[in-house]
Amino acid sequence: MNWMIAIPEIVLACCGMAILILCVFRKHDDGFQLASMLSVASLGITAMLVLSGTMGLGFHGMVVADRFSGFCRVVILIASALAVLLSLDHNQQPANASQKLARFEFPVLILFATIGMMIMVSASNLMTVYMGVELQSLSIYVLAAFARDTERSSEAGLKYFVLGALASGLLLYGISLVYGFAGTTSFGELAKSFANPASLSPGLIVGVVFVVAGLAFKSAAVPFHMWTPDVYEGAPTSVTAFMATAPKVAALALFSRVMVGPFGHLIASWQQLLVLISIASMLLSAFAAIGQSNIKRMLAYSSIGHVGYLLIGIAAGTEVGIRGVLIYLVTYVFMSAGIFACVLAMRRKGRSLERISDLAGLGRTDPALALALIIFLFSLAGIPPFSGFWAKYFIFIAAVEQGLWALAVLGMASSAVAAFYYIRIIKVMYFDPAEAAFDTRPMSLSVVAGASAIFTTFFFIFPAPLVSAAQAAAKVLFL
Amino acid sequence: MNQAGFPLLSMLTFLPLVGVAIIATTGGEERVVASNARWTALWTSLLTAILSLVLWAKFDMSVSGFQFTETAEWLPEWGISYRMGVDGISVLFVLLSTILTPICILASWESIQSRVREFMIAFLVLETMMVGMFCSLDFVLFYMFFEGVLIPMYLIIGIWGGPRRVYAAFKFFLYTLAGSLLMLLALLAMWHAAGTTDIVALMGHSFSRNMQTWLFLALFASFAVKVPMWPFHTWLPDAHVEAPTAGSVILAGVLLKMGAYGFLRFSLPMLPDASQYFAPFIFTLSVVAVIYTSLVALAQTDMKKLIAYSSVAHMGVVTIGIFTFNAQGISGALFQMLSHGVVSGALFLCVGVVYDRIHTREIARYGGLADRMPAYALAFMLFTMASVGLPGTAGFAGEVLVLVGSFKVSLWLAVLGGMGMILGAAYMLYLYRRVMFGKLEKLDLKGILDLSPREIAIFAPLVVLTIWMGVYPSSFTGFFEASVGHMVEHHQAALAAAVKLAGVVR
Repeated sequence: MNWMIAIPEIVLACCGMAILILCVFRKHDDGFQLASMLSVASLGITAMLVLSGTMGLGFHGMVVADRFSGFCRVVILIASALAVLLSLDHNQQPANASQKLARFEFPVLILFATIGMMIMVSASNLMTVYMGVELQSLSIYVLAAFARDTERSSEAGLKYFVLGALASGLLLYGISLVYGFAGTTSFGELAKSFANPASLSPGLIVGVVFVVAGLAFKSAAVPFHMWTPDVYEGAPTSVTAFMATAPKVAALALFSRVMVGPFGHLIASWQQLLVLISIASMLLSAFAAIGQSNIKRMLAYSSIGHVGYLLIGIAAGTEVGIRGVLIYLVTYVFMSAGIFACVLAMRRKGRSLERISDLAGLGRTDPALALALIIFLFSLAGIPPFSGFWAKYFIFIAAVEQGLWALAVLGMASSAVAAFYYIRIIKVMYFDPAEAAFDTRPMSLSVVAGASAIFTTFFFIFPAPLVSAAQAAAKVLFL
Repeated sequence: MNQAGFPLLSMLTFLPLVGVAIIATTGGEERVVASNARWTALWTSLLTAILSLVLWAKFDMSVSGFQFTETAEWLPEWGISYRMGVDGISVLFVLLSTILTPICILASWESIQSRVREFMIAFLVLETMMVGMFCSLDFVLFYMFFEGVLIPMYLIIGIWGGPRRVYAAFKFFLYTLAGSLLMLLALLAMWHAAGTTDIVALMGHSFSRNMQTWLFLALFASFAVKVPMWPFHTWLPDAHVEAPTAGSVILAGVLLKMGAYGFLRFSLPMLPDASQYFAPFIFTLSVVAVIYTSLVALAQTDMKKLIAYSSVAHMGVVTIGIFTFNAQGISGALFQMLSHGVVSGALFLCVGVVYDRIHTREIARYGGLADRMPAYALAFMLFTMASVGLPGTAGFAGEVLVLVGSFKVSLWLAVLGGMGMILGAAYMLYLYRRVMFGKLEKLDLKGILDLSPREIAIFAPLVVLTIWMGVYPSSFTGFFEASVGHMVEHHQAALAAAVKLAGVVR
């Protein structure tokens, strides 16, 4: 037993429970503010532990701490911390009081989801994978339904739960099939047994397909994307902001590790499948997002498209591809956190707004917010010099290298279409006549939006450290 | 270190951003902010223009390679670095950009009244992108500037444009983006094949025949939209008509040159076989552009639209010149690009002058202006003649050189390409007659004022340039003779090598 491997997760779990107990015993207020601050602190401490932690296998090979998991865990922790910061103000708004969002369980649930995600990215056994996925999903089901007295939130939570349970079932079924045909669930053993082509059997392929389906659901790729727009729209915006960042990192990182790790030798069997999922995600998102008038729904479709781009890197199945995925995930976390900070700032007389048309004339009424949004939108559209362009650059390199030309050309075509709905928002902000100004922004949103905007804009000057780190992280999957 | 002794090209590229920072940080009353923004933008762009004269003075015309080069590490392990440099082909475009920008800022001094600060910021960012694009010697860097141009231009058309500005802005953005994304794929494929994105190294790399074909098509998608070549030109009239005057000037003067520059910088030297293979295709499109869009121009009732179509026709002549692959043709194309940059920019400014006064671009709403605006009529006449290609004006040398070059390729190409000059004379003189001559009948035209001192200051440098380029063209052709000669030699050598290789295989 190597306990040290899981120290960050253990510490975070202890912190989560300590915060829970502490706040239960507070009588005079809801404890939301305190719990949030403590959560951010524990996320920070955990990140330190991850960075200074030991490497290797632990718990009889159930979890692994390597550079890949270290990279992903740090990104997840940052994303979760940003989500807690984003929720601070939104949940305490008087206008949202009826939704009772300002409860101390909120940050604690984010912490537990984060532990689940950390387990996902450091799993080295299919059983650990399932445990991590479930811990993460269950926490997020609750978060989606957190405004339990409102219809939309409850509907979102229920929908997410039912469909998510189905996906978990698919995943588990796939795992059991793989176990049945290969006789092991350990990543290392699986990779070893698949190295021999004679071990391939139709049942095994069916199992792999089920695992892919489960993971595609968790990362919201077409055709398992149906829940995304409804859940994004229905869940409280602070929850959507969380769902759009950290869980995406965890799901895609897990996807990468499972595909190139244990199933790496089966690439001929799953590459086509991923290419298909990726193309479908990119095209569907590009066209479906055009018709949206609710910004959260539009961002949901946009996230489906970005998962499509991320899957290009996995479909390539090479070190370059995984490096691209990791770079993309980092830039995506900042773009998403930033854009949700802007969405949370859309508020008039305390009421939150979600329609794209509410942004009309923002360029005049709030130039700073409009500038931040312009940066995020151009970046999401992949226009240089913003970080979104670099993310696409490093992903498409992988496709070109592997000669996946159909994927590359269709990806480019869909990003041209997708640019339309991003610049449409810029049109609303700058070309349309102004409406009344938004309420003054709280500090926390300005900080998150500002920091993300700075990262997104100036990433191009010093890309080397991140690219090198991603390179090092991707390398360990191919040792 | 380069011959300037300091990183001249980087300074030229990023100096406008200093102006942006200053403008962005000023606050206060709106009128004060607007006036500060105008003056800061003007001084920044003037300073850049003056600094760019160092380039003019210190450029060594006898060298065919890149000068004023700068290198800095960026992503060295992946073959990407920050490389800047100019050769004879790009140096004059840098100057064109730096000189047109202050003129444009002066031209929008009074016509832009709302959100002046944002306008000036967008314009200075645009200058950075343009200069950077012509200076970059790394494909990734080039791509960043090439596509980065979209952001300020989209905003300039969309915010300060005419009634159909939203449509025009979207069309401009999406057309160009769709093209450039294919170029990005070509970039990645070239990087994969050659292991570097250094433009100089890529020029030395020989890509396989089959790959060249695909790369050429991908690059063609991007550059043909930018040039624009028929039938990818439909965004241009919309963008020109709806953009504010300064936007049209930069669009016609510099942005259209980006496509042709791309052909010269990438397609020709890097993909010689494919360029040769596709030359008849390019000639066909160009000839159609020259004749068809000239005829379309003849039928226009909107002044800006007429000049926009004439731009397409003139750029058709440029693409013919580029793909003749001989020194005359390419030199002519370069000269035509420069003269078109000055002349069509000036023509759009001329339209802007009357638009600011009467607020219409309908040709039928004018007539007899020569009576009230003699100075304006003189300037307009000069630019009309230059656009027609009258000897002694800027338009002449370029067209003649291209014709000479195309004669060497085929008689018919020269004849059909030459049609453009005849038709050009027809629509430009027809325009001039309808606007300037005739009886002064319209009431609101009777009180129209001649050029103000500010407008004279705008036109003066352009008039000087137009005559200078017409009377003494060799002070401009001298810049690119060496580079063009080298490029033609390189092209012939590459073709000869390919033929030899084919012989060996056979």
